[in-house]
Amino acid sequence: MELSGVVELVCGRIVVKEKDESFDITAVCTTDMMSDVLHFAKKGELLVTSLNQSQVIMTAEIADIPVVMVVLGKKIEKEMTAMAEKKHITLLSTELPMFTVCGMLYAKGLKSCVNGK
Amino acid sequence: MASNRRTIEGCFQLMGGAFAGAGAASSELKTVLMSLGVPQGIVRRASIAAFEAEMNVIIHAVAGTLHYEVTPAKIHIDVTDMGPGIEDIDLAMQEGYSTAPDWVREMGWGAGMGLPNIKRNADAFKLDSVVGEGTTLEINIFLTEENYADNT
Ligand SMILES: Nc1ncnc2c1ncn2[C@@H]1O[C@H](COP(=O)(O)OP(=O)(O)OP(=O)(O)O)[C@@H](O)[C@H]1O
Ligand SMILES: [Mg+2]
Repeated sequence: MELSGVVELVCGRIVVKEKDESFDITAVCTTDMMSDVLHFAKKGELLVTSLNQSQVIMTAEIADIPVVMVVLGKKIEKEMTAMAEKKHITLLSTELPMFTVCGMLYAKGLKSCVNGK
Repeated sequence: MASNRRTIEGCFQLMGGAFAGAGAASSELKTVLMSLGVPQGIVRRASIAAFEAEMNVIIHAVAGTLHYEVTPAKIHIDVTDMGPGIEDIDLAMQEGYSTAPDWVREMGWGAGMGLPNIKRNADAFKLDSVVGEGTTLEINIFLTEENYADNT
């Protein structure tokens, strides 16, 4: 699914844009525990989280995940935005809760980056 | 990098609680490895191991250093800290074991997956600790001449 399609689906907005709108998202990782991202995530393009700190961006960089989405309309700290710009990570925001976002993405055929299912 | 420079190293000071700068060492190591043409899978393993080790000092210790050295033979990462030390290393190595306080969990750390992650991504791994003094961690990831292209 294209990045622009994901943003539209979750009524989200792009906070930091480092990828084209047509960037293809196929696999998603969802957790608030950073070591779980580093442990379980295989190849994935999107990390969905409710954390709004720059730690998440560092973790995405280390785990090679180019897009991060913050759910629940959490206020994105300016340190997080600055880090995303520095690390060239695309940062998205949505008001929707985690469950709803994941359900919507799953229904569109996106896969889990843990086991590819 | 000129082909006569066969060793690249870096050293970082780490401070307990300093989350703002966390990850700088691992991020630099990642950039160095990519510029050397090291295959992506190996870059990922080294960056993850370094990042988890770096975070452990920031979360659990008072102060420490991370030193990395890349040669055609291996990626060597050394992390030494002054801190509380680890009482039971076997227990600390278990997946899910964590003594991280709630405020650390709220920042996304404390799953108890860091040390197991380091071990899994390293080819060789050595953890030593003295309670009340500190902890040292040595990580090696082996390279071959082809992996260390040194072609930049
Ligand atoms: N450098 C250190 N100094 C003191 N104790 C440590 C250090 N590193 C790890 N520990 C102890 O070992 C435990 C397990 O470490 P590990 O990295 O596996 O998990 P964590 O840091 O608690 O959580 P996570 O890494 O998943 O965020 C820690 O909770 C802590 O008690
Ligand atoms: Mg840890």
